[in-house]
Amino acid sequence: MNKEEIIDTLKTIIELYSEEATALAHIDENTDFIHDLKINSANLVDIVLDIEEKFNIEIDNDSMAKMLTVKATTEIIAQKLDAHAG
Amino acid sequence: MDNRVVITGLGVCAPNGTTIDEFSDAIKKGLSGVHHQPDLEALNFSCQIAGKPSLNEERISQYFTPLELRNLNSSGIIYGVIAGLDAWKDAGLTIGNNDEPDWDSGTIFGAGTSGIDKFRWAINKIDALEIKKLGSSVVIQTMASGVSAFISGKLGLGNQVSTNSSACATGTESILLAYERIKTGQATRMLAGSTSDSGPYIWGGFDAMKVCTFKHNHDPQKGSRPMSTTASGFVPGSGAGALVLESLESAVQRKAKIYAEVCGGHINSGGQRGLGSMTAPNPTAVQRCIRAALKNAGIKASEIDVINGHLTATTKDALEIENWKTALQLPADEFPYINSLKGMVGHCIAASGSIECVASVLELAEGFIFPNINCEDLSPEISTLIDAKCIPQTVICKPFNTLAKASFGFGDINACVIFKKYTHE
Repeated sequence: MNKEEIIDTLKTIIELYSEEATALAHIDENTDFIHDLKINSANLVDIVLDIEEKFNIEIDNDSMAKMLTVKATTEIIAQKLDAHAG
Repeated sequence: MDNRVVITGLGVCAPNGTTIDEFSDAIKKGLSGVHHQPDLEALNFSCQIAGKPSLNEERISQYFTPLELRNLNSSGIIYGVIAGLDAWKDAGLTIGNNDEPDWDSGTIFGAGTSGIDKFRWAINKIDALEIKKLGSSVVIQTMASGVSAFISGKLGLGNQVSTNSSACATGTESILLAYERIKTGQATRMLAGSTSDSGPYIWGGFDAMKVCTFKHNHDPQKGSRPMSTTASGFVPGSGAGALVLESLESAVQRKAKIYAEVCGGHINSGGQRGLGSMTAPNPTAVQRCIRAALKNAGIKASEIDVINGHLTATTKDALEIENWKTALQLPADEFPYINSLKGMVGHCIAASGSIECVASVLELAEGFIFPNINCEDLSPEISTLIDAKCIPQTVICKPFNTLAKASFGFGDINACVIFKKYTHE
């Protein structure tokens, strides 16, 4: 799965958690979940659960703490997918 | 000076009606909301009938966002939010996305327990070593104050937001707590109410105590029989009732419709002394509570036209009537009308008081006394205490002025509130 594909899938997960239509429409690597998408910080754990399910990966607590932007999240997902494949 | 307090909005999520119109119609007609519950039968419950509000997904989705709905597994929160928001709208109040909280409005929305199905799910996950899978939705749905937190967020309430819990007296107590807050000028408007979850995990404990009837699994609508010779235990129920309480000044100022006035009331406990215990009421305390409520409301016993009793359909019904009789000290032919909503909806536990108060306020506002169903064979223990004509079996349509409502709960606790018709001055 390439970076674009990961971001597209990520977008379908995130949509439920944000009411910022404009920011959602312009999601890119630099999008910040809390600042740009106004996602309630309590929901970040739910997003991680959804990511685990959707990508069939496991995310540890250290990685989870870093998942605040699309960029960081995409990198962690790619890393876990690689580890999985390897 | 103390504020006068009136009721300007009603909402209900009851086994026999989930809108005020539907509920008002049902209670006039004596329609039962008690049904056979296949899940209780499958789990070998002795009592396999119960009262449960009937809601479809479309209705529920009008009150919650898709994100909230996603992991929502707390029937009590669903009932409470629906009744609460409906009451708010009924009062002509808006639900806006204003940035500033409404500092003058709050809520006391009671519950016995919250999200018991959600709790069960979470416990199973934890025991299966899947703690991480709990996500963020467990705490907000299982904390006792979940219902008031959900309501407050939707309405933007900026005054006191709290959940009271006093067993089966919860709903009536919530109204008195909200009343005090407005009376003393600490709030202008309070949403009072209470809610109770549905299902085997909330009702199971009562079933095991053998306080529910097991004789009507095949004729559910005949099962809840307050004041009847053949009363054989209560039928468990669930749902929520909500009332918007407001200072008279504010209600008049915004030209709100006024259903009734809350004149006062009293809350006490029998201390589990004398005849009182964890599960049995101390009659002295019940009588004191009723008398203190009258005194607090500035009402004479002879002014009470209608009593909405607690009357659950257990052997304690006659004792309750005796307590009312002793407390009021009225001649036999002047005893007020008395009715019990539980014949139609069962015992809605923590929600019973608020749903029954909604019924009481509708009676006062619309001028009717709803019928007692399933007591065609009135208990002789009761008919020796008061005249049978005090216990109407068909609806009586007539305006009246004053209603006393009491609720009693485990822990030997009592609450009594006095409502009066409001005559527009």
